[in-house]
Amino acid sequence: MSYKLRVEALQAWYGQHQVLKGISMPIRANTITAVIGPSGCGKSTFIRCLNRMHEVVPGTRVAGRVWLDGRNIYNGINAVEVRRRVGMVFQTPNIFPAMSIFQNVVAGLYLNGIRGRRQLQERAENCLQQAGLWEEVRDRLHDTAAGLSSGQLQRLCIARALAVEPEILLMDEPCSALDPIASIRIEELMRELKASYTIILVTHNMQQAARVSDYTAYLCDGELVEYESTPEVFIRPKDSRTENYITGRGADTRPL
Amino acid sequence: MDRLGAAGYRETNERDMGKSGISLYSGRWRQIHCRMMTGLCALAVLTLLAVLLIIMTYILLQGIPGLNWQFFTRPPAPVGLPGGGVYHAITGSLVLVGLACLIAIPWGVAAGIFLAAPRRPGPLAALVRFTADVLSGVPSITAGIFIYTLVVVRMHTFSALAGGLALAIVMLPVVTRNTEEILRLVPRGLQEAALALGISWWRVMLHIVLPTAARGVAIGITLAMAGVAGDPVPLFFTALNNNHFSLDLTQPMASLPMEIFRYAAGPFVTWHRLAWSGALVLIGIILLPMLLARIILPGYRIRR
Repeated sequence: MSYKLRVEALQAWYGQHQVLKGISMPIRANTITAVIGPSGCGKSTFIRCLNRMHEVVPGTRVAGRVWLDGRNIYNGINAVEVRRRVGMVFQTPNIFPAMSIFQNVVAGLYLNGIRGRRQLQERAENCLQQAGLWEEVRDRLHDTAAGLSSGQLQRLCIARALAVEPEILLMDEPCSALDPIASIRIEELMRELKASYTIILVTHNMQQAARVSDYTAYLCDGELVEYESTPEVFIRPKDSRTENYITGRGADTRPL
Repeated sequence: MDRLGAAGYRETNERDMGKSGISLYSGRWRQIHCRMMTGLCALAVLTLLAVLLIIMTYILLQGIPGLNWQFFTRPPAPVGLPGGGVYHAITGSLVLVGLACLIAIPWGVAAGIFLAAPRRPGPLAALVRFTADVLSGVPSITAGIFIYTLVVVRMHTFSALAGGLALAIVMLPVVTRNTEEILRLVPRGLQEAALALGISWWRVMLHIVLPTAARGVAIGITLAMAGVAGDPVPLFFTALNNNHFSLDLTQPMASLPMEIFRYAAGPFVTWHRLAWSGALVLIGIILLPMLLARIILPGYRIRR
């Protein structure tokens, strides 16, 4: 199996505070990799470094290398180009309020110069279908998204991220604001999308990580503690810290 | 107030002593403080409203009698003769403020976008913000003198062009900082979502952040406009005044604040009435775009 992404000695700072202390992990193509760990361990920072969103926050710094198909995204590539290839879905559905559902889906294409009406319509339908939202919104594509439920909004965000045809999809706790039924929908969706995308999922939900992911990485205090296939991590964790975390006995490394 | 402040806590009225022995801020004292603060806030609001109401009523009472067809359609009557209007000053003000807007709005909004953009803060942004702050603190007469030496002296005449430029200098920093502050209110998450789609920051600002905050930005602009529309000070050394209707940008031009100043300082009662009516018209001209911005542009509620 080929590696889509290779992370090498990745370090990240917020001001003087070092959040990631040298993480190295290869990520396989067309798999779902779950990143788990206690709050503040650097999970979100880690995936934000994979599409250069970390540097958007003032006062931050990144060191190390991230190879995307053999090219270091921190050397010689424009951040905008990186983000087109590595899409992201956030914890809260950030719908553009001044735009209709249709405009939201094609925003990434339209604002990058693709203006063909038919092309945009085809792409919107296709992405909404991939996100399992087409049937629910096909009659109100040109309304604002205000009337949608939060589960629908999150699927709209996924459709929007898919529209620019990324190769990798980063998902930062995409279900944490959703009810269990909407969460299951998103999980099913991730499994379907796996065929065409490489997915990296940050989650606080152990069951979710166990259900959908192929590989699981346990991050603690900015370090990668364990990274194995998901059954391996959940059935035979090698590190006691991982075991404590997944069995709910606490992270043990930080004082409460 | 009573329902908000007290009802929910009435049962725990006595004195909340936790196990640790720390007494919480609660019970009757909390209720009394709550009422006092609410009362003070209400008093402040009422005072402000009263002042506003008194000013508006007074201007309406003094200004309305002088309003008639002549007032809007005629230039001033020769000294000593009754009648006459401020037609020339209304058009003059529209031209001068229009000229200022033409310069200050594009530059100011662009600078505001630049300052609010989600990039690493560089020395240029800091310099622009500092300059805007200093410029908005400079008295408006300075802008007039500056344009006087730069334009009026070289053209050998006072002119509408110079007046518009002076007003633009006064308006620019206000538009810049208002735009920046309003754009900063748009949640970061929205910008990040757009950036993560591989959209460059300036497109994100122009096509996503700006439309989301359009109403706020427009109201910020109308406030800046209102500021210069009523200010005669930058015009003393630049557009000066004109007794006749003129649209020639290279000639002196009348304006409502200058005419109000002239009429109010004059010796005739009829002039005083014209000054009041002029003030009323000025307020109308300022209020109109402000109301339009509120009515036409949609406001968005953003989920956080």
